[in-house]
Amino acid sequence: MLTCLCDIYFGEVGIATVRILEHLGCEVLFDKEQTCCGQPPYNAGDWASARQVAGLTMRALLDSEDPVVMPSASCAAMVREGYPILYEGLAHPQVFELGEFLVHQMKVRSWPVTATTIPAKRKVAFHRACHGRGIGLTDEQEILVGSLPWVQLVRFKQGDQCCGFGGAFSVTHGSVSAGIGMEKLENIMHAGATEIVSGDMGCLMHLNGLIRKNKLPLKTRHFAELLAEAIA
Amino acid sequence: MKESGVKHPAVEKFARGVSDQTRDSVRAASIKVADARKTTLNEVFRDLNGARSQAAQIKDYVLDNISNLLSQLEMKCRLNGIEVHWARDAVSARKIILDICKDAAPAGSTIVKAKSMATEEIHLNSHLGDAGYKVVETDLGEFVVQIDGDTPSHIVAPIIHKNRRQVGKSFEREGLGPYTESPEQLAAQARAYLRGKFMEAKIGISGVNFAIAESGRLVLVENEGNSRLSTTAPDTHIAIMGLEKILPSEADLPLFLKLLAGSATGQRMTVYTHLISGPRRRDEVDGPKSVHLVILDNGRSKAINGPYREILRCIRCGACLNVCPVYRQASGHAYGNVYSGPIGAVLAPALQGVEALPELAKASTLCGSCEEVCPVKIPIPRMLLQLRDEAVRKGAHVEEVPWALYSFGATSGFRWRTGIKMLPMAKMVSHPLKKAWSEFRDQPQKEGRDFRKWWNGRS
Repeated sequence: MLTCLCDIYFGEVGIATVRILEHLGCEVLFDKEQTCCGQPPYNAGDWASARQVAGLTMRALLDSEDPVVMPSASCAAMVREGYPILYEGLAHPQVFELGEFLVHQMKVRSWPVTATTIPAKRKVAFHRACHGRGIGLTDEQEILVGSLPWVQLVRFKQGDQCCGFGGAFSVTHGSVSAGIGMEKLENIMHAGATEIVSGDMGCLMHLNGLIRKNKLPLKTRHFAELLAEAIA
Repeated sequence: MKESGVKHPAVEKFARGVSDQTRDSVRAASIKVADARKTTLNEVFRDLNGARSQAAQIKDYVLDNISNLLSQLEMKCRLNGIEVHWARDAVSARKIILDICKDAAPAGSTIVKAKSMATEEIHLNSHLGDAGYKVVETDLGEFVVQIDGDTPSHIVAPIIHKNRRQVGKSFEREGLGPYTESPEQLAAQARAYLRGKFMEAKIGISGVNFAIAESGRLVLVENEGNSRLSTTAPDTHIAIMGLEKILPSEADLPLFLKLLAGSATGQRMTVYTHLISGPRRRDEVDGPKSVHLVILDNGRSKAINGPYREILRCIRCGACLNVCPVYRQASGHAYGNVYSGPIGAVLAPALQGVEALPELAKASTLCGSCEEVCPVKIPIPRMLLQLRDEAVRKGAHVEEVPWALYSFGATSGFRWRTGIKMLPMAKMVSHPLKKAWSEFRDQPQKEGRDFRKWWNGRS
C-alpha cells in the first residue's frame, strides 16, 4: 500500500519501497484503485466516513493472500488495530509496516549494500514514529538504517517523545504541536545530527515544515530512501 | 476565529498563554519523574509488564464485582468502627461532610486537610469555607496552591507549574518567614506554621489511596507526614474516596503500593504508608475518636457500565501526565478540569458526559506514551478515539474538516487519482486549515517523482 501522503507528496518513498522489496527478491504488486487507509477521518471522530474509506482499502488490498506492506507504521496500525475497532469482531488484518516486514518476515538484519558509490559518513538522528507502539515495533527500522556503513546514528534527548504532528491535531492545536516539534528538533540539533530519518511521512512532513519555516540546518528522509540509495 | 483561521480548542488557547517559565518548570519536573519512574519500576519488578497486567486484572475484577465489594467494604468498615456514608454526587458528598463537621466542631474551627483529588472533584474547600470553617491544606504543594488562590495542575505534584522562587515569594507575602529559595527552609517555614494547625484542628479530612474490602482498612500513602497528622491528631477523621478505589484483599496491596509509588514519583516505596483500621480503641491513648468514610459515586456507576469503563482502573499515579508531550507543553490547567493530562481527558468526559467536554479528547497526538506507562494498562488512546467518535455522532462537536467530502474522494480510485492531479491548483485556494498549518510551518511540497507515473512507466 502506497499510503495517501506518498501518493500525494512523497512518491520517492513509494518508489524506494518497491526497489527495496524487489532487491530482496519479492514480486511487488500495486493495486491502482487504492487510496487511503481512512485514518484521518478515524482520528477526527468521523467514523462513518472512516468506515467508507476502510471499506475500499479492504476490498482493494486485503482480499488476497499476499502480504500487504506499507512504508508507514501509522497506516499499518490503522489497518491492523483500527479496523477491528471500526468493525467489531473483525480479525486483525495481516498487514506489515515496511521495516517490520524486512526484519521479521524477510529476516534482514543488515542491509545488503550493492551500491558502488559510498556517500560520505553522516550523523543521522532516527525518530521512532509513535504509531509503531501500536503495532509492537521497536528498533526494526533503526537496525536497518544503522547497518548502512555511511550512517552514524546519534542519540538525542527525549528520543522516544512524539514529534507533535498528530494529524489534524497539528492544525487544531498548532502551538502545542509546533512546540513539541521544535523541542524535538532542538534536541536533535544539540546532538549534532544533520539529518532526521524516520519511518512515517506524517512526522517528517510536520518536522520538515518546521525546519523550512525556521530555516534550520536539518534534512528529513524516510528510511526507505536511505536503503534504496544503497542499491546499485 | 483567530488570525490562523481555525477556532482554538480550550487546551490550545490556554497553551498559547503559558509562560516560558511555567512551561520549563512543568517540562523539567515531568521529564525527571518520568525517568525516575522507568528506572525504579524496572528495578522493582523483574517483569514490569506482567505486574501491570496483573494490576489491570485485579482492577477489572473490582469493577466487575463492584456492588459486592462495596457491601463487603461497608460491613468490614463498620465492624472496625468506621462510619460509612454514601454520596451520590458532589452536592450530597459536600452535605454529608458538612454535617459531620457541624457535629464535630462549631463553625470557625480549623480543619486540616491532607491531599485528596476527590475533595478537589467536589470542590469541598470553598463549601466548608462558606460554612465558616477554616480549612488548611497541609500537603506542601496543596498549601502553596491554597495560599496563592490557585488550583492543582497535576494529580500528584499540584505545583509542578511553579518554581521555588515563586513559592519563596508567596511564603514571604503570607508572613511565613523571610524570603528564601532553599527548599529545606521553605519546608521548615511551612512545617512551623502547620504544626500549630494540626494541634488546634478538631477535624481532619483526607482522601484514600486504597480501601481493602476484605479487612475494611483504608490505605493512604504520602511523603511528608502531613497525612499522618491530619488523620490522627484531630478527634474526627473524614476520609473520602471514589467508589472504584477498592482492592479486594490485603494480599493485593503490595503490588499496588509498589506500582503506585514507582509510577507516581519513582520511589520504591512512599515515605509513609498508613493502614487505617478505625478510630482509637479503648486501650489506646491517641488517634481520632471517630472515623468516617464517604464513598463518592459522582458519575462512576454510570461510567462503569459505559464504554470508558477501564478508566476507572486508574490509581491516580500521574505517570500519563508526566510522559504526555501535550501536557508538557500546555500544563495541567489547560485541561480546565480537576483531572488533567491524558487521564483527565478521558475521566472528565467519562464522568460528566461527552456533551460537557466535546473537544477535550482532541487535545492529544495519540502518541500512545500514556498507555505505555500506565500501571493498570488503561487504553487511553483508544478511549480518546472513542470519545471523538461519540462527540461527532452526538453532534456535540462539529468537525472543521469536511470528512464526508474526503471519504467521497477516497472511496473511488478514479475520484482519488483525479483529486490528486488537481491538487496543484488547490495551492491557489486559501483555506483556514492551510492557514493554521502555515502559522508554524511551511506547506508541504511534492518532492521528487510521482509514484503512479513511475509505476505506469515501468511496465
